[in-house]
Amino acid sequence: MIRSLGLLLIACSWVVTGWAATEPYGYPFDDPFVATVVGTPDEDKAKFDIHVPTKRDSLTVFKDREVPDFLFYEAKLRYSYALQKKAAPLVFLIAGTGGAYNGGHISAQAKAFYHAGFHVVSLSSPTIPNFVVAASKTSVTGHAVHDAEDLYRVMELINTKLLKKTKITDYFLTGYSLGGFNAAFVSWLDEQRKVFNFRKVLLINPPVSLYSSISLLDRMLENIPGGVDNFPTYYSNIVSAFGKLYVRAERLDFSEDFLYRVYEALQPKNEELAALIGLSFRFSSAHLAFASDVMTDYGYVKPKNVRFTRNTDPGDYRRVVFRLGFTDYFHDYFYPYYKSLDPALDRHEVVEAMSLKRIEDYLHNADNIYVMHNHNDLILEAGEIDFFPRVFGERAKIYPTGGHLGNMEYKDNVAHMVDVFKSAVSGQEL
Amino acid sequence: MTTPALRSALYLLLASLLLMSGCSTAPKQQGDTVEEAFFTPEKILGGGVTEYEDQEIYDPWQGFNRTMYRFNYYFDKYIFLPAVIGYFKITPDPVEKGIHNFFRNIQDLTTLYNSILQLNVEKTMNTTTRLLVNSTIGLLGFLDIANDVPRSDEDFGQTLGYWGVGTGPYLVLPVLGPSSVRDGIGQGVDWLAYNEMRRRATDMEAWQETGMDLLRAIDLRAHVKFLYYETNSPFEYELVRMLWTTKRELDIER
Repeated sequence: MIRSLGLLLIACSWVVTGWAATEPYGYPFDDPFVATVVGTPDEDKAKFDIHVPTKRDSLTVFKDREVPDFLFYEAKLRYSYALQKKAAPLVFLIAGTGGAYNGGHISAQAKAFYHAGFHVVSLSSPTIPNFVVAASKTSVTGHAVHDAEDLYRVMELINTKLLKKTKITDYFLTGYSLGGFNAAFVSWLDEQRKVFNFRKVLLINPPVSLYSSISLLDRMLENIPGGVDNFPTYYSNIVSAFGKLYVRAERLDFSEDFLYRVYEALQPKNEELAALIGLSFRFSSAHLAFASDVMTDYGYVKPKNVRFTRNTDPGDYRRVVFRLGFTDYFHDYFYPYYKSLDPALDRHEVVEAMSLKRIEDYLHNADNIYVMHNHNDLILEAGEIDFFPRVFGERAKIYPTGGHLGNMEYKDNVAHMVDVFKSAVSGQEL
Repeated sequence: MTTPALRSALYLLLASLLLMSGCSTAPKQQGDTVEEAFFTPEKILGGGVTEYEDQEIYDPWQGFNRTMYRFNYYFDKYIFLPAVIGYFKITPDPVEKGIHNFFRNIQDLTTLYNSILQLNVEKTMNTTTRLLVNSTIGLLGFLDIANDVPRSDEDFGQTLGYWGVGTGPYLVLPVLGPSSVRDGIGQGVDWLAYNEMRRRATDMEAWQETGMDLLRAIDLRAHVKFLYYETNSPFEYELVRMLWTTKRELDIER
């Protein structure tokens, strides 16, 4: 009996392997932590031998906005675009948590789409200080609907500017990580406003529920050697290692490359990788919370009646904000802030609302929204991945490995990403 | 000889002192008492914190430094970067590369005497080789023929560090950016030495010297891959200060 059960299991696994074998996937790292940190080795990346004529630009989103002295340099929203020489469809790209318009992943995406004949516009994530200061109506970002409205406003402004320079035949939209989540809500908003009428929308490794993803990410710092209490020493070690890397590094920013450089230099053990991922998101949450607090004078870490000048040393306030995570931001700033605007809000309902489940019916019925995801993505709770095949059906492409965004620049993934949009305009000359 | 340079240095010092007195790093408080934020340093960091996340960098002139950092941002945005972009537009790549090699070759002179002053035989030998080969067959340094010989960058600030002189306060210099009192003095000494060598070796007119200095500045900026206020951190000043300090420590160790 047991033996035949064993045979049955072996037979089943053959069948499963048989399915998998129809589509061999060559991404090199099976471990989701390694994948997330290391990304795609250079030789496995999609390569395009072209020069992208990227232009950097900036725009004033709110004419009457008062920008605090301390953040004077963030008054205008920075973005970039690259235009084809003739009429072409345009892709809007939205970066993920803490990502700017000129980061590594988004630039790689821009190159791939430009190569395929699209105009491209690269937008920063609403979570970075520049967006918080220049483009968010409330300056308290991370809200599914408000972020989408902010992004929509920015996209309309940029679109108006670009239409003076070129012809745009169609609109496409994509984003990765939180940017994918943003893209879903922007598309949902476009159903009502109908400015862009996106031909296709592609969500890459989006969270399902924002709250469960930020909880997972905050908990990753518990993997710090010696526990969370050891944060100061750990942080100091990492930062000094990063300093050493910088000596050899070519440029300095907090893009996705940060993790890779730290990994290369320290060769950390597997369990330490989780802490590294947590730390990288901690930078994002600290930068977001601080910039937002300075904008609104809400009194999260900076006392309400204390104003920073252009020369103010943030001192201990900076140290405090690095000890706080996304969940602190949610419970002790984000939620109370929106509650003060609308007393009828309920904490649990807000958590529920910051989720793709909120627009599940829309996502299920909209046949132009596609998703790419990984079975072992670290920002999803166990079982959350099933949401995508269930809701998107054939429009969901789930890879067996890749962790969180690790395989985003892998050649197969890039080819699929481009194909999703290109198939919509096939027959048309690009 | 170097009186104009000396004079401008003095003006600079004077202006700096004036500026420093007018730059406070304290925030502006409204009302008599500070309202408590939700998370206070007492609550989060605990009383009597001794261990901070970051090493403390001695920065007593922070007000001046932050002002200067901002000045450098504007200078970079409105003068330096447009000049660099214009330079790249009008200069063919091989010429630009040649000019870069030429100035690197001149920089090797600075490395040479500082390697000697640091009693570093290996670096002295390598730098001498590079200089001899590149200045002759390399056509005054336009070609980096001695590419295979390891190149290092030694300056007088590092020499002082080698002989045990501490960094002193962190200092953001106009245009030149992050430095310290020790390294600022080092940069001054290297600059004077460079001018003296140039005066003895060539008979350039003052305007030619100025032109060469401007070109060198543009070439230098073109090869520093940094943009002000593009790190996406509201704590960029601290970040740059930490990275620069770490970099100098490593430079001296090497």
